[in-house]
Amino acid sequence: MTASPSASLRLGAYLRAAGSMLISLAATILGLLLVTFIIGRVVPIDPVLAIVGERATEAQIEAARVALGLDLPLWRQFLIYAWDALHGDLGQSIRTGQPVIEAVARHFPATLELATLATILGVIAGVPAGVLAATRPGSLADHVVRLVGLMGYSMPVFWLGLIGLLLFYGILGWVGGPGRLDAVFDMMYEFEVTPVSGMILIDTALAGRWDMWVNAISHIILPAGLLGYVSMAYISRMTRSFMMNELSQEYITTARVKGMPEWRVIWVHAMRNVLVPLITVIALSYAYLLEGSVLTETIFAWPGLGSYITDALMVNDMPAVLGGTVVVGVAFVLLNLFSDLLYRLVDPRAR
Amino acid sequence: MLLDPSLRRVGGAALSALLLCTAPTALLAATPADTLVIADAIDDIVSLDPQEAYEFSGLDVVNNVYDGLVELDPAKPGDPVPGLAESWSVAEDGTTFTFKMKSGITFSSGNPVTAADAAFSLQRAVKLDKSPAFILNQFGWTKENVDTMVTADGDTLTLKTDKPYAPTFLYNCLTAGVASVIDMKTVMEHEANGDMGNEWLKTNSAGTGAYILKSFKPNEGYLLEARTGYWRGDAVLKNVFMRHIPEAATQRLLLEKGDIDVARELTPVDIEGISSNPDVKIQPDVGGQIFYLSFNQKNENYKNEKFLDAMRYAIDYKGMTDTFLKGNMVVHQAFLPKGYLGALEDTPYSLDVEKAKALLAESGVAAPKIVMDVRNAADRMEMAQSIQNTFGQVGITVELNIGEGAEQLKRYRARQHDMTLQSWGPDYPDPQTNAGSFAWNPDNTDEAKVGTLAWRNAYDPGPLNAMTEAAVMEQDAAKRKAMYEELQTKHRETSPFIVMFQIGYQSAMGKSVSGFYTGGAIDSAAYWLVTK
Repeated sequence: MTASPSASLRLGAYLRAAGSMLISLAATILGLLLVTFIIGRVVPIDPVLAIVGERATEAQIEAARVALGLDLPLWRQFLIYAWDALHGDLGQSIRTGQPVIEAVARHFPATLELATLATILGVIAGVPAGVLAATRPGSLADHVVRLVGLMGYSMPVFWLGLIGLLLFYGILGWVGGPGRLDAVFDMMYEFEVTPVSGMILIDTALAGRWDMWVNAISHIILPAGLLGYVSMAYISRMTRSFMMNELSQEYITTARVKGMPEWRVIWVHAMRNVLVPLITVIALSYAYLLEGSVLTETIFAWPGLGSYITDALMVNDMPAVLGGTVVVGVAFVLLNLFSDLLYRLVDPRAR
Repeated sequence: MLLDPSLRRVGGAALSALLLCTAPTALLAATPADTLVIADAIDDIVSLDPQEAYEFSGLDVVNNVYDGLVELDPAKPGDPVPGLAESWSVAEDGTTFTFKMKSGITFSSGNPVTAADAAFSLQRAVKLDKSPAFILNQFGWTKENVDTMVTADGDTLTLKTDKPYAPTFLYNCLTAGVASVIDMKTVMEHEANGDMGNEWLKTNSAGTGAYILKSFKPNEGYLLEARTGYWRGDAVLKNVFMRHIPEAATQRLLLEKGDIDVARELTPVDIEGISSNPDVKIQPDVGGQIFYLSFNQKNENYKNEKFLDAMRYAIDYKGMTDTFLKGNMVVHQAFLPKGYLGALEDTPYSLDVEKAKALLAESGVAAPKIVMDVRNAADRMEMAQSIQNTFGQVGITVELNIGEGAEQLKRYRARQHDMTLQSWGPDYPDPQTNAGSFAWNPDNTDEAKVGTLAWRNAYDPGPLNAMTEAAVMEQDAAKRKAMYEELQTKHRETSPFIVMFQIGYQSAMGKSVSGFYTGGAIDSAAYWLVTK
């Protein structure tokens, strides 16, 4: 049996699209590496002095310079850097002498867990709120959504974090404190739970340790709720504006005239079209949380990538900072790719 | 762009201010009864191999997991006391030291401690040649000769030195973490690629200490578990759980809620806020770091003793420690920090604008202008502004050159600064560590690159060179102490250094916690005596 001509045409189009996406992906990642490489070379920090320390002799400094390959021409340094990075070698941390990739692998799941939960909360709250506001413009509901949204992106998230901690943990005692678990669980965690994903909620569930799972929820709910609030603010504003735009289109009027129930008009007809730009918005806000929750992680003593990069910055550990940045950048690019693929799924025109 | 370390505190300061307005919540005993839970910033840890660890947090672990031949008493660090050696002596020639090992002590593996383990450990430190190896290299030990300089025979360990150094110099250096005795058999079982077990020991332990290292996660924390049969008496608390919590305000919140027992990184603002909480107590202590001003003597003005003296009286030491440095620094005016052999605790200089003006007039230096290098950290910039202000009152114009730490250090090392505000932490628990840098410079030429602090300031210590060299060879401990006192007195009167402060630390802990010793300026924290 042979494939129909139209199917093979479609397959060809798909392959061509996939090919061009891969090429742009490669170009983006190469650009990312180039930018981080240049940043690493222009910052006014002598990488050698940072490694050998204050007491080193001239001979030790020179030896370290050669060992780091800093005596080579810049283009060769870049090729070595890019080649290593593509093989998963992001260099060694100046502080610990350990491979950066190992530290990143340990810290990234904590950030991913927090950002994912925050995004889920942001979408669950933000999309209905935006739709509600769009369908009743000028109503009390619209004003409330606008006000809540405005507060969400005008108040600094670290400030909200501090207030939240003080109120919900310090005074009310409703949630767990900073850190991913209470000390009593945290100290035993690695001996009692097999790491699978590095995400506590998933790994404790897989291990059937529901006591730990509940404790982890009590710790993640506040930072995730706060970050979710910020992302909700953005998502609800954008949903409102996309939805209002769709609701003014003729096909909506047609649907209404045909007597279609209002919920169907909004959630099926209009939403299908709102979804396309909304996916970009959600992906962007997710990506933002993956790289932008540095202050939140510091305040909540969350051992994620953000606090890893901050700690590294404090001691001028540039390989760690740049390695973390490359990983965030790659995550950003992959999220973009993912949302591109999602478009094709929901929007027939993009196929 | 670089972040100022103080940025991390911005949020904390905001929360601290808020916390000040709220009633303290009651302490809930939420930490396990048999576990000491500590919050500290431990991202400085590079390795937990005792022959490599050379950072504050790492040495805290080493101190609780390993012991040396000679130890310090946590309750009053200062004089060395017997550790794994029960006695020691030095031969007539002053270069052969004999240590008799205690019997019946075991490592956590159960292996007995022998002189061979002690010899192996010291040899390993020299052969691995990691950051703290220089502490032992000072005795003439090199990779090539250490096997003959450090030898074991039965229960006796013999150490040979290349010169007849002051015996206290050797004993003090043997209290350092790098001289910890490790379990040769266990460690060598984990050797890989000729690393003498270094990779394995970074995250495992093989010592005689009260605790064993159960787990270590960089930038997250570590867990120590008590062993039975510790030679100094078993630890009271079964576990020590260290949580890496860099943010002071977060530490404070956790402490007040009873989710941690000890907070080690609180700011003075937090300490003030917490001091009214009846469930919390505060334990002040000093660290080894000192803060000083130094002047580059390539500028002839800075050889003018009257001019230097004028500036010594133009600093508001007490005004600073009473206000923005409160709880962070104590006034200290000699190069050996309090806690060291021979440290001077008197503070002869205080702000006296009239006296300073008179001295400046006598000096003959007209309308002096100084460029002051300052690191872009909040407390240092505040110090610099205070000094700029009081110098101004005396008639000395100060221009601040604020910059990133590593760049400032580069200028300093290249002797390019005019005046600089710097800090210095001692490298090992013997006065030579600071004397050898502040008061010793055998070759003051640019090409020499001696690297000591004296050299960086183009300061030729003259007769102080010989005094420093003599003090480190002095066989009599009491005489040696007196020599350092005299050396410091001369140094602070004649050198282009103005030592101003010694760093202070305040640990806050639950009221029931006692026996928590931080080690002060000279030693590391001891956990095994803690009760709660």
